[in-house]
Amino acid sequence: MSRRRRPAPLLELGRDTSGRSLPGVVAVMVALAVLAMAGALMLDSAGGDWQAIGEDRLLVQIDAIPGTPTAPRLEAALAQLRATPGVASAQAMPQSGIANLLRPWLGDAALLQDLPLPGVIEVRLQSNAAVDRRALAVGLEAAVAGARVDDPRAWLAQLSAVSESLRALGFAVVAAIALATIAMIVFATNAGLGNHHETIAVLHTIGARDQFIAAQFQWHILALALRGAIVGLALAALVAFAVARTAGDLQATLLPPMRLSPTDWAGIVAIPVISVVLAALTARLTVMRALRREV
Amino acid sequence: MIRFENVGMRYGPEPEVLHDLSFTLKPGSFHFLTGPSGAGKSSLLKLLYLAHRPSRGIITMFDNDIAGLARDDLPGLRRRIGVVFQEFRLINHLTAIENVALPLRIAGVPERQVRSHVEELLTWVGLGERLNARPSVLSGGEKQRVAIARAVIAKPDLLLADEPTGNVDPVMARRLMYLFVELNKIGTTLLIASHDTGLIRQFDQPCMELKGGTLVLHPDGLP
Repeated sequence: MSRRRRPAPLLELGRDTSGRSLPGVVAVMVALAVLAMAGALMLDSAGGDWQAIGEDRLLVQIDAIPGTPTAPRLEAALAQLRATPGVASAQAMPQSGIANLLRPWLGDAALLQDLPLPGVIEVRLQSNAAVDRRALAVGLEAAVAGARVDDPRAWLAQLSAVSESLRALGFAVVAAIALATIAMIVFATNAGLGNHHETIAVLHTIGARDQFIAAQFQWHILALALRGAIVGLALAALVAFAVARTAGDLQATLLPPMRLSPTDWAGIVAIPVISVVLAALTARLTVMRALRREV
Repeated sequence: MIRFENVGMRYGPEPEVLHDLSFTLKPGSFHFLTGPSGAGKSSLLKLLYLAHRPSRGIITMFDNDIAGLARDDLPGLRRRIGVVFQEFRLINHLTAIENVALPLRIAGVPERQVRSHVEELLTWVGLGERLNARPSVLSGGEKQRVAIARAVIAKPDLLLADEPTGNVDPVMARRLMYLFVELNKIGTTLLIASHDTGLIRQFDQPCMELKGGTLVLHPDGLP
C-alpha cells in the first residue's frame, strides 16, 4: 500500500526566485500605505476641527506694560467683551496655563515666574451671531491699553491649506504605492510564466483552461501577499504607536487632538486587505492576458 | 470524426512545413504515421492536439471546425485527446502517480477515484512499485510508460503517440502496443507516429507517410 499524501501543486511557483522577495516588498508597501493613509485621514479630520475652532473663537492678549498692572486691564477687557453682542463667553486664562504654554519654548518654570506674563482671554462667539470682529478688535484695543485681538481664522486657514496639501500628498503616495505593487506583481508573474512555460504547455495540452492556470498563480501570489500584508500592518502599527507617543504632548498644548473616526479606521485596516486582493487579481489578469496571446 | 482538407502549416513567417494535407480519421480507426526525420510528423501531431493552428485549409475535429473555435472552446476538445510525446514531457516535480493523475485532476474527477484509477493503470504498465518516484529517478522506459499512462488515463476519444515504444525493450513495446490495440477496440481513435517500419508492419493497419511535408496514404498498410 503506497503512502497517501496531499497532491503537489501543479506549478512549482514556490521555487521561483522572483517571488521570494514579494512578502518583504509587500510588507514595506503596506506599511507605507497604511501610514500615508492614516496621516492623510488624520489631517482631513483635523483640518475640519481647526476650521470649526476658527469660526467661533478669538484670542485676546493683554501685553505686560512696565509700571502698569495687568490685572485691572484684564478685568476691563473681560467686562467689555462680555458686554459685546454675539460673545458667548470670555474667560481669562490662568497664569499657570500661560506658563504651561510657554514652557516648551522657555523651559524652566522658575524663570517663567520672573517674566512679566501677558494676560490671555479666550473668547467664544455665539455660533450664529454675525460679530464684526474688526470693530470688536478696534474698540477693545482703543479702550484697553496693551490689548491685542488675535483672529485665529487667518493662520488656521493657512494651516488648513497646508493640511489639505499634505492630505492630497498622502492619498497620492497611497496611489503610487498601489501602482508600484501592481508593477511588481506583473513582473513576478511574468517571470513565473517564463519559468514554467513548458509545464503550462503540458497542462494546456491535457486540457487545462487558462482560468485553471491563472488560479495557480493567483493563490500563490495571494498567499505571499497575505504574509507581507500582515507584517506590513504590524510594522505600521508599531511606527504609528511610536509617533503617537512622541506627538501626544505637543498636540495637547497646541491644537485639538488629531483623531480617526471608526470609518477612517476601517479604511486603514482595508489597505492590507485591498493590497492582497489587488495582488491576487493582478496576478490572475496578467496570466490571463499572457495566455490569450497563445494558440 | 477528424478531417483535414488542404491543410497547410507554417511557423511564423517561415515557409510551410506541411502542404495540402487531406485525410480523414474515422471514429475507432487505427493509423500509423511515418516518415523520415524532419518530414513534419511532429508538426502534424501539433495540429491534431490543437497546439497550433493551420495556416490554411480546414480541420474538422469531433464535428467542430477548428478555425471557428474560440480559445475557451479548445480545452474541452483537448480533454478528448491523449498525447504521448516523444520526449515524454512529464512534470519533474510531480511523482509518477501525480503526473498520470493530471488529466483527471484537471477534469475535476474526485481525488479518491483519481488515486484508485491511476494506481491500477500504473500497476498494469509495470510501475506499481514506482508510484511515488519522480521523473528524475525513472529510466527512459519508465518515463515512457508514465507518459503513456497519462495519455490514456482519461480514456480519450483520440490517442496520438509520437514514437511511443522508442525507449522500451521489445517485450514492453509489445505490451504497450497491446494496450493501444485494446484502447482502439473500445473505440479510441489511434494515430501512432513511428519511424520503426518493422513495428508498423507487425500491425495490419493503414499508414500515412509524410515526405517533405506532403502526405501519402497507404490504406492497406506500409508496403
